[in-house]
Amino acid sequence: MNKFLLEGIFRRPLTEAAPTPEDSALEELARAVAGAGRRRLGRSLSIREVDAGSCNGCELEINALSNAYYDLERFGLRFVASPRHADVLLVTGPVTTNMAEALKRVYDATPDPKWVVAAGDCALDGGCFAGSYAVVGGVSQVVPVDLHIPGCPPTPTDLLKGLLALLDQPAGRPAA
Amino acid sequence: MSQLEAFLAAGRRVQHHRPWPRAVVDPAAWVKGVEGLADGRWTLVNLWAQADRVHMALYEAAAAKAGVVSLDCIDGGFPSVGRGHPPAIRLERAIQDLFGLCADGLHDTRPWLDHGLWGQRRPLAGGGDPAPAQDYGFLPCEGEGLHQVAVGPVHAGIIEPGHFRFTANGETVVRLEERLGYLHKGIDRLMAGAGLERGAQLAGRTSGDSTVAYAWAFAQAAEAALGVQVPERALWLRAVMAELERLANHLGDIGAVCNDAAFAIIHAHTAVLRERVLRAADACFGHRLMRDRIVPGGVSCDLDAAGETRLRNLIGGLRVAMPGIIHLFDDTPSLKDRTVSTGRLTPKLAARFGAGGFVGRASGRDFDTRRDIAYAPYDGLAFEVPVVRSGDVNARVWIRIQEVEQGLSLLEQCLAHLRPGPLRAEVTPVGAPTEGLGMVEGFRGDVFAWLALDAEGRVDRCHLRDPSWFQWPLLEAVIEDNIIADFPLCNKSFNCSYSGHDL
Ligand code: SF4
Repeated sequence: MNKFLLEGIFRRPLTEAAPTPEDSALEELARAVAGAGRRRLGRSLSIREVDAGSCNGCELEINALSNAYYDLERFGLRFVASPRHADVLLVTGPVTTNMAEALKRVYDATPDPKWVVAAGDCALDGGCFAGSYAVVGGVSQVVPVDLHIPGCPPTPTDLLKGLLALLDQPAGRPAA
Repeated sequence: MSQLEAFLAAGRRVQHHRPWPRAVVDPAAWVKGVEGLADGRWTLVNLWAQADRVHMALYEAAAAKAGVVSLDCIDGGFPSVGRGHPPAIRLERAIQDLFGLCADGLHDTRPWLDHGLWGQRRPLAGGGDPAPAQDYGFLPCEGEGLHQVAVGPVHAGIIEPGHFRFTANGETVVRLEERLGYLHKGIDRLMAGAGLERGAQLAGRTSGDSTVAYAWAFAQAAEAALGVQVPERALWLRAVMAELERLANHLGDIGAVCNDAAFAIIHAHTAVLRERVLRAADACFGHRLMRDRIVPGGVSCDLDAAGETRLRNLIGGLRVAMPGIIHLFDDTPSLKDRTVSTGRLTPKLAARFGAGGFVGRASGRDFDTRRDIAYAPYDGLAFEVPVVRSGDVNARVWIRIQEVEQGLSLLEQCLAHLRPGPLRAEVTPVGAPTEGLGMVEGFRGDVFAWLALDAEGRVDRCHLRDPSWFQWPLLEAVIEDNIIADFPLCNKSFNCSYSGHDL
């Protein structure tokens, strides 16, 4: 164990430089995220992940955000266990009829101000499960969505770009 | 002739079903089949339905033979398998939900996947008015000082949804009851009428962590049904992808179990290794999870020289990194204190449920599809199937560690076998209805796919069975008499799929 720790001290960190947020995502956010909530939160966001029907692929990549290469927490972004501690809901999957109620309740349990980020192609419009008797559709069918990150699944870099966009609101916008 | 072959020979053989034999039997013979399951002669591989018939896939371990028996339902029912053989109970409840076929004699008739929210009943049998919404009746549990803890469907971590109802006495769990189905997306019905391409896409999105295994099982079933010969190179590339998927998942799991025992350092290291595997997959095949890369007829991408070098470096890097991690896992008493003797699954129960993957192999069930119902190219590869009998969390991690080592050797062998050649054979309809079956060893256990195609080669019925169907019930059993705080540890050591199960 000591050897392990010692090696860790002298090794160069694996963590990579931050990607720049997508321009399109920034624009989308500029519209969605008003200044008031941002001032209050500063550069720190607590994220609650909700799987509302995903195949689990999206979760795998969201989990990867915590590994040493992406190290999400260095940006002040962190995953929390309860919606009551969350500023952002990160929702995946086509919303199944069996999860719609749970998703709504998670949203209601999240204090204002709050944002919803829908991750993955399924979360946009149900993806390849659209039209099923057991699927309600995209996340926006159930709760209001502020930002969508496409991909099947979105890579950790895609996810990071989208989430950073939440932090880096374009300069010069008047606070609401 | 094995007992199973003799049993099937007594029925009416279906000619257009491949590669396992399928025989139609009468209700009396069906019941005999159930008896064979109950007395341990055979293992239940799957139980599924079509509009007016049911099928069960059986495996005779002693003779390494597998086959399918079918029964035409009379008056919308069939003699229950679950009544004599509990592993079938949830499968029968699902059949009742989706097809409205009644398992006669089944005690537990509560709905399973149907939460009363679909707006219809029996979605695979033409639908019907929805059942009036009802509260789900959890099994009663009575005694002094008992209390209940309800967890989910939304959990604290970044994991899939499902509900767990614990009845505890103080800290000790007296009973756990699972309620699943939250992720039901209606894949079976989306499959009906789909072309093979869309079918393969859906199969690859049934359980995201096993996208390669599912796509392969689906492709196998389609190729068996249509008599397609897959080119050599495609087979080797499939195995490369399957082993990469296994490595990535096992590495993730090893760390995640340790993390749930509050030993984060192993998690940090294996997460880095997992990321390296995924990046190599991305560089070689253009997708981190290798989704949609296996297609009926072959593969949709090639591996170039740079990719081969990348994989060789990956193998070398993992070989250097693993011993330190294994040593740390094995040599940390505080970690062993949490994993040894926790969540013990007895070999008897593992055998009865036909538990696949590391869950079975950690409890003495010496089965691996790659070896026992071997499919190409594994029939030409050398590997060992690690098996231990202690059945605790520690054993389930240990099996994974050894499978990582085996996986590295398999990858190396596959690379050595690669020769230039075509990647995909043509897949053409044969002008008549056909049926095919595929079974692939995913990281979690055997993934089963059954396909009935119409004359134009479209999917008439597709059924995918995740290994979790036979592992989830065992999780309920192993947590008994453990403390609630050890549940995350037990659960992670099983790592059952919710989405793959819920379909
Ligand atoms: S977007 Fe892709 S990975 Fe994400 S839930 Fe849908 S199918 Fe799975």
